[in-house]
Amino acid sequence: MRENKRGSARFFSLYLPLAVLLVFLIFPFYWTLVTSLKPDRELYGSIVTYWPRNVTFLSYENLFTQFQFLKPMSNSFLVAIITTLLSLTVSVLAAYAFSRYRFKGRKVFMMLFLTNNMFPTVLLLIPLYSIMRNLGVLYTPMSLVLSYTTFTIPFSVWLLNGYLDDIPRSLEEAAEVDGANKAQAFLRIILPVLVPCIVATGVYIFMTSWNEYTFAVMFTNEANRTIPVALKNLIGELGVQWGLLTAGGVITIIPVCIMFFFAQKRLVEGLTAGAVKG
Amino acid sequence: MVRRKTNIWPYLLIAPALLVILSVVFVPAVNAILMSFQNYDLRRPSQTGFAGLANYIEIIKDPLFGEALVKTILWVVFGVGFQFVFGFILALLLNKKFKGRGFVRSVSLIPWVTPGVLIGLMWRWIYDGSYGVLDDILLKLGLIGDKIPFLAQESTAFPSVVVTIIWQGIPFFALMLLAGLQGVPRELYEAADIDGANAFQKLFNVTIPSIKNTIFVTTLLRIIWVANSVDVIFNMTGGGPAYSTQTLSVYIFNTATSLNLGYSSAMSIILTLLLLLVAVPYLRSMFRNQEA
Repeated sequence: MRENKRGSARFFSLYLPLAVLLVFLIFPFYWTLVTSLKPDRELYGSIVTYWPRNVTFLSYENLFTQFQFLKPMSNSFLVAIITTLLSLTVSVLAAYAFSRYRFKGRKVFMMLFLTNNMFPTVLLLIPLYSIMRNLGVLYTPMSLVLSYTTFTIPFSVWLLNGYLDDIPRSLEEAAEVDGANKAQAFLRIILPVLVPCIVATGVYIFMTSWNEYTFAVMFTNEANRTIPVALKNLIGELGVQWGLLTAGGVITIIPVCIMFFFAQKRLVEGLTAGAVKG
Repeated sequence: MVRRKTNIWPYLLIAPALLVILSVVFVPAVNAILMSFQNYDLRRPSQTGFAGLANYIEIIKDPLFGEALVKTILWVVFGVGFQFVFGFILALLLNKKFKGRGFVRSVSLIPWVTPGVLIGLMWRWIYDGSYGVLDDILLKLGLIGDKIPFLAQESTAFPSVVVTIIWQGIPFFALMLLAGLQGVPRELYEAADIDGANAFQKLFNVTIPSIKNTIFVTTLLRIIWVANSVDVIFNMTGGGPAYSTQTLSVYIFNTATSLNLGYSSAMSIILTLLLLLVAVPYLRSMFRNQEA
């Protein structure tokens, strides 16, 4: 009897609300998947079906043959990879300086990086457009890489600085006593410890570049548009082709989900460290 | 640490990052300020030139700006407010021990890694007035008698986009607050138990005060992101119908894409200043624990 009562208390205080929240959070994805597997006749029929009566992969086929979705995928991949490598390289160096040196203007420089996250995309959009045009990189992947660094670098510096602060100084000091200089100590001692954190930061940068829309829609043309823009372009003159669009959606989130699951533990640690400690 | 003469290494190390940031953020930001004082409409290139405060005066007179400002405030208050409430509930639930907790935690984070465009389009399909699944569910439950075109009518469009942004932001709140909850010392709860506190007293007297800082920082971050968000609304309604879902960010984006660059710059300067008001306490809290 008591056992039963405790069980029902746990049901109402844990399982039920959790199930409701999860259904709310997951249902749109389920619905996207179901939509992508339905033939048009069922999609635009009078009865809404919650699992396709006839499962078909036609939308996926059309997406790659008629609409050449591989092109925007490879464009997105290229932009995301270059953005990640560029941002990581400069951010690791800057974060190391902030974490390991005390120098004049350190606080001001850190402030410069932090305030960056406050600038609205719409503020930078127009001036960046003319800068890209003047540099001759408008409508090339480079224009996206450069504009994505506006938010990836400040964020990565902040994240990596947090990770570095958690690595005890005594590690390098021991190496320095043994005659290593700072660069050697960094390469041999810090870098190996930092690699998982760098990977996690990289996943985050990749994710945000892969998903970005506002800059991408302004700075790309037919030849180099990225996935988010391509998805939006599936909305043609005849209205939205929901089968194609949801198939594109499923394909878009799979790679980021896989990457995210591997990196999430470290990423969450880094994201929350600042907020929890501060 | 031993005091040495000025070391140039830290400056060299931050130089590349600083150079990139200065050229892609600060130079454009200054450009935006300059542009906001100009007549700069690519549809009327002959009239380009210094305009003084004309753009700002026009903003004050523009009824769409006022409406967009009100919409932005409602968007942020309801969007972030409910993200917090549901995120907090989710964090409290995930803080309990149960089988499969790690899996549930990972799965519940997926909305956070989904592109804004896709979120907008997914929900647009759910809200669809002819084939939408939400109408179907509500009809089957007998909650409505007729299909509602959620995004096509003024009265329902705004609440609908707010629900979508709430959906997007719950995971991030849950994630941050969960980390905060896991840092609350167990002894505090034990002491409260001894004092005979009930669950609600523990929540308001132990839990919330202990994670006050996390709540504060996360909320400020979310306010800035939500206020800046363009892609979700833009891909659901484009700001319509009849401007009923046009927040400032969306209005600025719409003005910029219609090539009135001077006016949209002026509006984006005002948006930035408003966000700075929010950002200042955030930056302060970040720097409180930093040494010079």
